[in-house]
Amino acid sequence: MPAEPAGVLTGVHFLDGDHACCEGCLAAGARFASGYPITPSTEVVERFASRIPTIGGTFIQMEDELAASITLQGAVWAGAKAFTVTSGPGFSLMMEHIGFAAMTETPCVFIDVQRGGPSTGLPTLPAQADMMQCRWGSHGDYAIIAVCPNSPQECFDLTIRAFNLAEKYRVPVMVMLDEVVGHMTEKVVIPPAEAITIEPRRHTNKPPGEFKLYATNGDMVPDMVHAGEGYNFHVTGLTHDDRGYPNMTPKIQHSLVNRLKDKVYKNVDQIVEFETDGCEDADAVVISYGITSRVAQRAIDLAREKGLKVGKFRLITAWPFPEKQIRELAGRVKALVVPELNLGQMALEVERCAAGKCKTVCVPHAGGSVHDPDEILKAIEEAIR
Amino acid sequence: MAKGEVKIVVERCKACGFCVEFCPSKVLALSSAFNAKGYHPPEAVAPEKCSGCDLCGMYCPDFAIHGHKTAPAPAAGPAIAQKEASDAR
Amino acid sequence: MSATEQNTCEINAVEPFLRMDRMPHIWCPGCGIGTTVNCFTRALSDSEVDLKNLVVVSGIGCTGRVAGYLNVDSFHTTHGRAIPFATGLKLANPKLNVVVYSGDGDLSAIGGNHLIHAARRNIDLKVICVNNLIYGMTGGQSAPTTPSNVITSTSPYGTFDPNFNLAHLMDAAGAVYVARWTVFHVKQLARAMQEVFAKKGFSFIEVIAPCPTLYQRRNRMGDGLSALQSYKQLSKIRNGAPTHEVAMTKSGEITVGKFIDRVRPDYIELMREQMHDSLGDRYVDTLHMEECECQE
Repeated sequence: MPAEPAGVLTGVHFLDGDHACCEGCLAAGARFASGYPITPSTEVVERFASRIPTIGGTFIQMEDELAASITLQGAVWAGAKAFTVTSGPGFSLMMEHIGFAAMTETPCVFIDVQRGGPSTGLPTLPAQADMMQCRWGSHGDYAIIAVCPNSPQECFDLTIRAFNLAEKYRVPVMVMLDEVVGHMTEKVVIPPAEAITIEPRRHTNKPPGEFKLYATNGDMVPDMVHAGEGYNFHVTGLTHDDRGYPNMTPKIQHSLVNRLKDKVYKNVDQIVEFETDGCEDADAVVISYGITSRVAQRAIDLAREKGLKVGKFRLITAWPFPEKQIRELAGRVKALVVPELNLGQMALEVERCAAGKCKTVCVPHAGGSVHDPDEILKAIEEAIR
Repeated sequence: MAKGEVKIVVERCKACGFCVEFCPSKVLALSSAFNAKGYHPPEAVAPEKCSGCDLCGMYCPDFAIHGHKTAPAPAAGPAIAQKEASDAR
Repeated sequence: MSATEQNTCEINAVEPFLRMDRMPHIWCPGCGIGTTVNCFTRALSDSEVDLKNLVVVSGIGCTGRVAGYLNVDSFHTTHGRAIPFATGLKLANPKLNVVVYSGDGDLSAIGGNHLIHAARRNIDLKVICVNNLIYGMTGGQSAPTTPSNVITSTSPYGTFDPNFNLAHLMDAAGAVYVARWTVFHVKQLARAMQEVFAKKGFSFIEVIAPCPTLYQRRNRMGDGLSALQSYKQLSKIRNGAPTHEVAMTKSGEITVGKFIDRVRPDYIELMREQMHDSLGDRYVDTLHMEECECQE
C-alpha cells in the first residue's frame, strides 16, 4: 500500500543521516516513538518530536532506554508503528527488550547510530562495533534483521525498508548507522507518497474465537491483533504455544524458537540486500558496509587504477548475512577483504562463510574516525599478491 | 431456611482456611475428606446459617468456593412477594 | 445490590473473567494474590467497565502471573517494565483502560524508576501493587519493601536496610490516588479498585498480601491464614492519613485506607493543552478525549 501523505515530506532536501532517518520513519507510517537522548542519535527523535504533533501521533521521552525500548512495543500492540533510537550504551540497555520483541513477535524498529565503545567510549565519533551485538545482543536464540545505510538518502530509504521488513516478518529490525552517516549532510530526495510502498500491519481477518495469537499460515509468520478489539489475547515473554499461553516444555521451546529463527532464515533470499560491482572476475572482493563502504570505494577505485581486479560487495542488510553469496565468492577469489570500524565483526561471518576456500583479510579500525583509503588499498594489494 | 448456599469446587481447594475463618455466620469447617491433592476441603457444617453473602468467594484464593442467594420461598401474598423481591435485590 | 454485596449468581463471580482453561493457577496455598483477583473481578463487574477496552499489563513475579489468568487483552512483559509498556499502550490508544497488576519487587525495585516517573507524569494508569514484602517467585529474596529484621534467602541473618513506604513514595511522586488495603479487607479493596477505574490519572493501590511459603514460613509467622488474622488484628483504617506516617514494620500496626485522592490533569490532557497552545490549528490532535469511552 502507498505511504500516508501526511508523513511524507516530498521534495529535495539537504539533510543529515539522523534527520533523514526521522523522515524515513514518518514516511513509513511511524506515529509513535519513545526515546532517550544519546549522542549521536538524539537528533532523530528531536526532529520527530518537532514533526509528529503536526502529523498526528506521539513522542515521549522516557526516563531511560530500558523504558524507551518497551514503551514503543506497548504502542505497537495498541495499533501504532513505532520505533526508538539510540547509540552504544543505550543499545546495550535495550537488549532485553529487543529479545522481548523477538519473542512476542512485535514489529518495531531500533535505530542504532554507532559510536566508539566500549562503555561511554567516544560519544561523538564513529565506530561500527555493535554489529555482532545487534545480532546476538539479547539472550537466547532469535533472529533479527539489520540494515546498514551508507548515506542520508539510504537512511531515508532503508528506514522505510526496515519498517516494512518488521511488519512482514514480525521481528525487531535494526537500522545500523554510524556517527559519520548520521551527521553527514547530503541531498535526500523524498518522493511523493504514492511512490513509496508500505507494508501494512498483518492484522488478522479472523473474528475473535477463531483467532489464535501465534498460529501461523504456513509462512511461519502469525497474523496480529491489537488491544481493544475484543480478542482477549495474552502476550507473554515466556515460552508459549500458538494460543499465546505459557507452555514451558522442551517440545514447545523447540518449535517456537526454531520458527522464530526460520521465519527470517528460510526467507533469506527475500530479505538480503547487497550491492556488487566487478565481482565476476575479481581476484579480491572488498566486503564493507556503512560509511566504510564509501572509503572502501575510494580504495577499490585506486586499486583498479593500478590494474588490480578488485570487486566490491556492499552489505545493505548485514543480518541475515548473505551467506550464499559469500560462499560462492569465496570459491573463486583469492581473498575477501573486510574493512570495518571495529576489530573484526562482520569479518567473522565472512570468514565463517568462506570456510577456508579463500583468505579473509580484516582491515580493522578501532573507531573514532574512518579508515584512510590507503590502509584498505594496502590490504587489497597484499591480499592479491 | 437458609437464604443462601455455598458451592465448593473440591478439587481446587488448597485448605488455606480463609473461608472457614472469615465466614460471618460460621457456616464452614474443613472436612475430614481429602481431595486428589490431599487437602481437606471445607464443608458447610451449618448450612442453614448461610446468607449467601459470598464473602467466602471473595476470600478464596483458589476460586474454589462461592456463596449465592437461593431463590426466596414461594410468595404467600402480594405484600410478602414484594418484600421478598426487594430482599433479593 | 452490587456483586460485591451479594452474589445471586450460581457461577462463581470470578469465573467469567478467568481463562478457565488455565486453571488451576500456580499460586501457593494461602497466597493472597487469588484473593486480590476476586476483588478485581468483582470491581470490574460492579463498575461496568467496558471489558473490550480493558488491558491488564503485568511484570514478572507471582503477581505478574495475574495477567495470564485474566480473560482480557493482557500482557506479561519484562521484569519491572510493565509501567512503560502500559504507557505505550495508553498513549497510542487513549480509549484503552490500562491496569498494571504487579508485585512489590517488580514495581518498586527494578521497576522503581518507571513507577516514580509515571506517577510524576500522571499517566492514566491503574496500578495494583500486590505487596507480599518479598520476592516470591524466585524463592523468597528480600525486597525494598521487606521490613527490618526479616529472614529472607538473601538476608539469612535478617534484613537491616530501611524499607520503602510505597504509599509515601507514590504520594511524593504525584499519584492522584494512593490507597493501601490488605487481603483481609476484601470489600474495601474491591471498592478501591472500582474507584480507580473511574479515576483519571496515576492511581496506586497497595495490597498487603501473605507469602506463606517463604515470608511467613521462614519467619515463623505461621501460614496464610495467620497472616490474614494478623492483618485483621494489626490494621487500622485511617483514611486520609499523612503518608509519611504509614510505614510498614515487621509486626507493627498496618495503616490502611485511602490516603490520597486528588485531581491533577493527566499526561494526555497536559500534552494536548500544551500542543494546542503552542501549535494552534497546526496541531493534529489524535488523542481526542471525546472519542474516548474512558470512564469518568
